[in-house]
Amino acid sequence: MKKLKSPGELAALQAEIRAGRDPKKPCITICAGTGCLAYGTQKIIECFRQEIDKQHLQDRVQLRTSGCHGFCERGPMVVIHPQKIFYQRIKAEDVPDIISKTVLAGEIIDRLSYVDPATKQKIVYEHDVPFYKRQTRYVLGMNGDIDPACIDDYLAIGGYSGLSKALSGMKPEAVIEEVKKANLRGRGGGGFPTGWKWESTRKAAGEPKYIICNADEGDPGAYMDRSLLEGNPHLVLEGMLIGAYAIGSSQGYIYVRNEYPLAVHNITLAIEKAREVGLLGENILGSGFSFDIKINRGGGAFVCGESSALFASIEGRSGEPRAKYVHATDQGLYNKPTNLNNVETWGNVPLIINRGADWYASIGTANSTGTKIFSLVGKINNTGLVEVPMGITLREIVYDIGGGIPNGRKFKAVQTGGPSGGCIPEQFLDMPVDFDELAKIGSMMGSGGMIVMDDRTCMVDVANYFLKFLEEESCGKCTPCREGVLQMRLILDRICEGQGKEEDINTLEWMGQAIIDGSLCALGGSAPNPVLTTIKYFRDEYEAHIKHKKCPAGVCKALITYSVDAEKCTGCHACARVCPTQAATGEKKKTHVVDLGKCIKCGACFEACKFDAIKIL
Amino acid sequence: MQAKIQAIISRYGSDKGFLVPILQDVQRELNYLPEDALVMVSTLLEIPLSRIFEVATFYKAFSLTPRGKHLLSLCLGTACHVRGAPLLSGHIERALGIRPGETSPDLEFTFETVNCLGACALGPVMVVDGEYHGQLTIAKTNAILRDLGRKVPSDEEA
Ligand SMILES: Cc1cc2nc3c(=O)[nH]c(=O)nc-3n(C[C@H](O)[C@H](O)[C@H](O)COP(=O)(O)O)c2cc1C
Ligand code: FES
Repeated sequence: MKKLKSPGELAALQAEIRAGRDPKKPCITICAGTGCLAYGTQKIIECFRQEIDKQHLQDRVQLRTSGCHGFCERGPMVVIHPQKIFYQRIKAEDVPDIISKTVLAGEIIDRLSYVDPATKQKIVYEHDVPFYKRQTRYVLGMNGDIDPACIDDYLAIGGYSGLSKALSGMKPEAVIEEVKKANLRGRGGGGFPTGWKWESTRKAAGEPKYIICNADEGDPGAYMDRSLLEGNPHLVLEGMLIGAYAIGSSQGYIYVRNEYPLAVHNITLAIEKAREVGLLGENILGSGFSFDIKINRGGGAFVCGESSALFASIEGRSGEPRAKYVHATDQGLYNKPTNLNNVETWGNVPLIINRGADWYASIGTANSTGTKIFSLVGKINNTGLVEVPMGITLREIVYDIGGGIPNGRKFKAVQTGGPSGGCIPEQFLDMPVDFDELAKIGSMMGSGGMIVMDDRTCMVDVANYFLKFLEEESCGKCTPCREGVLQMRLILDRICEGQGKEEDINTLEWMGQAIIDGSLCALGGSAPNPVLTTIKYFRDEYEAHIKHKKCPAGVCKALITYSVDAEKCTGCHACARVCPTQAATGEKKKTHVVDLGKCIKCGACFEACKFDAIKIL
Repeated sequence: MQAKIQAIISRYGSDKGFLVPILQDVQRELNYLPEDALVMVSTLLEIPLSRIFEVATFYKAFSLTPRGKHLLSLCLGTACHVRGAPLLSGHIERALGIRPGETSPDLEFTFETVNCLGACALGPVMVVDGEYHGQLTIAKTNAILRDLGRKVPSDEEA
């Protein structure tokens, strides 16, 4: 491919690609994000390739492997363009039918269509599926039209037009003004205004200036950054290019989690392609602006998502944060002015430049503009990635999009903000979700993890889970975080084991506050949040553990016993077969028993019983 | 070994800043980070061994002991946690007789726990030698262990 030398040449190339494509040609788009690949999608892709070859359809039918579509619950899935027919939970055996019946004859295969559990209606088209219908997918929606390995796909939908617009008609200051006016706030956790950060970095003394894309995504239970980087790497590159131009940077980094091999692969390929066509490198589009990007794989440390630890890690040191009397925008990576933004933040930038700040600011709420991608997971029917305008209520996300709680169980809480966030109880379900509202009730937006919990989730156990996570991830440099989190965890361990004391709740509260006040970085500074919010909203559960030695959700092993409900037991022997200690016993067809002396509470019998006859008390 | 390490370091232009990715590549090549390898990296990059050791012990991705033939990575991310992953972790610990992060003495199994594999819809999830296993139950876990040639408790009486 020859290098593009001007905005005009880019526009011509986009037009040429579009002209070469027949919008009516059937295109089978198959989701090949990490989630769907885990379902075994690779095999299905092979089947499609073989079938297309076998029927000699190479010229008539296109097969596109795309990134994550978002509806991970129903994978493996395909969308057949141009009609956008949606098939879910497909298997390799379905492939010949999909091609012969649907692609060639326009017939809908009923068994593969999605059935709306609420209305029991079959839904044929992707845009009619309630999960998608209620979202606003400006950023993530592009994933379905793009093969991440194919830069042409991105160019065909107008990719790099934002960059071209910035380079050809806007001064760097004007780009910054636009981002400020759009009121874009960082999607990585803190919600810091992006335009202001860019401006500080631009104005800071010192050369070179660096920009970095934070793709460390450490929140355990969140994967929207990965899906964006994996599914639409050129969008992130374009955002970074626009930012680099505005800030006056010629060197960028992408710091990506080591656990995301596919994202690393796709972004590496995208960078090579962008270099090939001259969208990265020297004198981009003939503007005199030069910029390139290096990729850095992380080493599996949550704290490295924190800015100063991330810089240390890129510099080849262990990722210990430093105190922030100097801003990163003045002295960051290699002590040079550095602008760090999250993947999704970068991904929003091309939209703002293309469609204008006024359009962007009209989405969402006054102080939280645009959309946010959440990873909706846990005890929820429609697990997946959802993109919604800021200000939507939690209820709409959990019930209208998420389809509510599985098995008819009762909603208890939703945890937002990752390990630094908080648990939000039912009473706030109608609260609008944006940066400020979440902060008001003691949680935070965080990067976008949204973990739904039902009445079988123990809030003390969840708080303990996050503390354990943070205790392990604490870098150990400052005492309040290293020792304080450990001490809080020991208290929670005790409570979960039935050894809690009356004064423990009080101790947790003041100790939490001390850790917040005394820690060096935001890891420690927010570590007590999950404990403090669960105490605030679920104090009764703590009290049940401490005073009554009971775990109401039936989770904390020391406080529960397994027994058999004689009325329900059919004597099928399933529990006895799986019990590792021979605690569950009985003769076939007779009521079984659990010997509490031998029971190690592993839960195997509960899981194996098909008659709901194992009781947890 | 020296040639391999030399090749990896050259790939990064002997740039000290790439210590983390260099160690990642060395580990991929050698399965773990033996002491000799660390000494070699230290000499070639002219970084004190203590610094290399600091980095190699700081990041979870590195192992200073040999790793097993089979790698089991069980997700303990939040979504998997609330869906019962801790019970599975306990079960695997008992079945293999090792704790998370350890390798069985016969070098057959390494069992580790990880945070969110990004396949939360399938939770609880475990990656076994690169292959994903979703909606994991104790029964499914037993089947996996059995496939890898490990006896599980319930086999005895079955
Ligand atoms: C312990 C800790 C972990 C963090 N992890 C991440 C992360 O995984 N991804 C991310 O984008 N930001 C993370 N952050 C926030 C970053 O420090 C930083 O604020 C953010 O990347 C800035 O980008 P933004 O302004 O676009 O949000 C973390 C912060 C802390 C304190
Ligand atoms: S929490 Fe286990 S895959 Fe996300």
